[in-house]
Amino acid sequence: MTPNHKIDPNHWITLYSDYLFNYTISRVNDREIAQDLVSETFLSGLKSMDNFRGKASERTWLTSILKRKIIDYYRKINSNKGKAEVRMQYNTTSESEGDWLEERVADSFDTSAEGVIENAELGDAIYDCMSKLPKKQAHIFKLKTILGYDTETLCNELDITTSNLWVQIHRARTALATCLEKNWFKA
Amino acid sequence: MENNVFISHEHAKHICDKMQYGEAKFSERIKLSIRLAWCKLTRTYSKKNSRLTSSIKEAEMNCLKDAEREKLQRQFEKERRKL
Repeated sequence: MTPNHKIDPNHWITLYSDYLFNYTISRVNDREIAQDLVSETFLSGLKSMDNFRGKASERTWLTSILKRKIIDYYRKINSNKGKAEVRMQYNTTSESEGDWLEERVADSFDTSAEGVIENAELGDAIYDCMSKLPKKQAHIFKLKTILGYDTETLCNELDITTSNLWVQIHRARTALATCLEKNWFKA
Repeated sequence: MENNVFISHEHAKHICDKMQYGEAKFSERIKLSIRLAWCKLTRTYSKKNSRLTSSIKEAEMNCLKDAEREKLQRQFEKERRKL
C-alpha cells in the first residue's frame, strides 16, 4: 500500500479531540482520566511523529496510540487492585473451605458488557458521521445535542438567529441520519 | 409559519426537529400529529429523526466542553514548544 496520509499536528485538537475523548470516556468512564489520556495521546503522537508511515489516517494512528494508553491505564489500576486483594482476609473455617475461590474468581453474571461495547461502537460510528459534516454544523450540533445547550444560550454564544440554528441542526440531523443508516444500521 | 392546523412538510420537519430537544410547543405537537396522520413522507422523516435521537442517547455520547478543549490545546502547545 502506498502511503497517502499526511501528518499535521496543527489541527489535531480541533479535528480529533472530541472523537478521542468520546472513545476514551466510553471505556474508562471518568471525565478527568479521559482528558488526561487524550492529552497524553497527543503528546505521544508528537514525540513519535517520525513513526507515522501514512498507511492509515491520522485519526486511526492516534486512536492506536490511545488504545495502548487505555490498556496501560487498566494495567496500572489492576496491578494496584491486585496488591490490595492480597491483603484481604478470607474466611478459613472448614465448612466454607474452598468456597472463596469460586466466589471471588468467577465473573459475576453480567450481560451488560456486550451492550456497553456496542454502545461505544455506536458512539464511534456517530463521531465518524459527524466528522463528515461541515465544521460549523458539527459544532452547533455538538453543543445542542451532546452538551445540551438551550437554544437561547447557544444563539447568543454563537451570535446566530434561532431560525439559522434550526436550519443548521436540521441539516446536520438529516446528514447524520443518512450516514448512520448506511454505515451502522445496514452494515 | 402557518396558523392553520394544516402545515407544510417543511414546517412539520422543523417541529419534528424541535421535538427531539423537547422544544416544540403543545400547539406545534398537535399540528405535527395531524400531519403525521396522513403524510407518509413526514412519517418517514419523523421515524428517521427519532431513531437518530435514540441512537445518540443509547451511545451516551460525550464531547469536550470548550474550556476543556482550550486547556488541552494550551497543554499541547506548551509541550510542542519543548520539542
